[in-house]
Amino acid sequence: MATLNADNMKMRAQLKGELTEVKVLMSHPMETGRKKDDFDRLIPAHFVQLVTATLNGKTVLEAQWGTGISKNPYLTFRLKGAKVGDIIQVTWLDNLGETATQNIAVTQA
Amino acid sequence: MQRRNFLSLLMGSASLLVMLPINAWAALLNASLWNKAAFETAKLNEASKNLAIHDEIISADIQIIAPDRAENGAIVQVEVKSNIANTETISIFVEKNPTPLIAHFKFSNGAEPFIVTRIKMADTSEIKVVVKAGSQYFTHSKNVIVLENGCG
Repeated sequence: MATLNADNMKMRAQLKGELTEVKVLMSHPMETGRKKDDFDRLIPAHFVQLVTATLNGKTVLEAQWGTGISKNPYLTFRLKGAKVGDIIQVTWLDNLGETATQNIAVTQA
Repeated sequence: MQRRNFLSLLMGSASLLVMLPINAWAALLNASLWNKAAFETAKLNEASKNLAIHDEIISADIQIIAPDRAENGAIVQVEVKSNIANTETISIFVEKNPTPLIAHFKFSNGAEPFIVTRIKMADTSEIKVVVKAGSQYFTHSKNVIVLENGCG
């Protein structure tokens, strides 16, 4: 499987009061399959379909995406009950079977 | 079937499964978890139907923060927050997009019903959000004027 390196995803998880805010920036072309190249050929669809986030291994967010998410997808979500040092993991899987995973520890804002 | 035959059959099929390339596993997983019918339809009501959305109640308890005018439809930042108790999922649609369903988020284990993401908009359109709470569906929309098509 084409597993991309860790640089593929930039993540930050900050505890602010009782909420932890997680920001994720992924590197992905998000091709719709409707765009044409310079030679008038359709560029095949290539987009993230599934995104999963876990807190210490427990699922907190499951997303399904279509081609309408912008290139280099950006995502913010918020969690209750996370503590400094807890591990948040985000994994994406695209329509060509490519995947990437990234872990980040919660820090105090 | 003889027990031995059954066992060998089981072992045979198990090793076959193990030998599947991981890409195929990923594809199988995608196929089972990704709502193809909802995401590929050009009709918003078809997409809603495929997500089992019905009898939507218009609600001001759904906040949508997006620009009134977007210069570039390729990147429109949208923030969605549900103030409805027991929100389980948030779905985002863009009415005028070639495929209106943009994203479907499911929250669990302490995740707040809140999301910020960036979406593509082909044209000036309503951004429609549907929230599922228990067996009920709630909806709210926001119009965004798009100056430059972002779906190429």
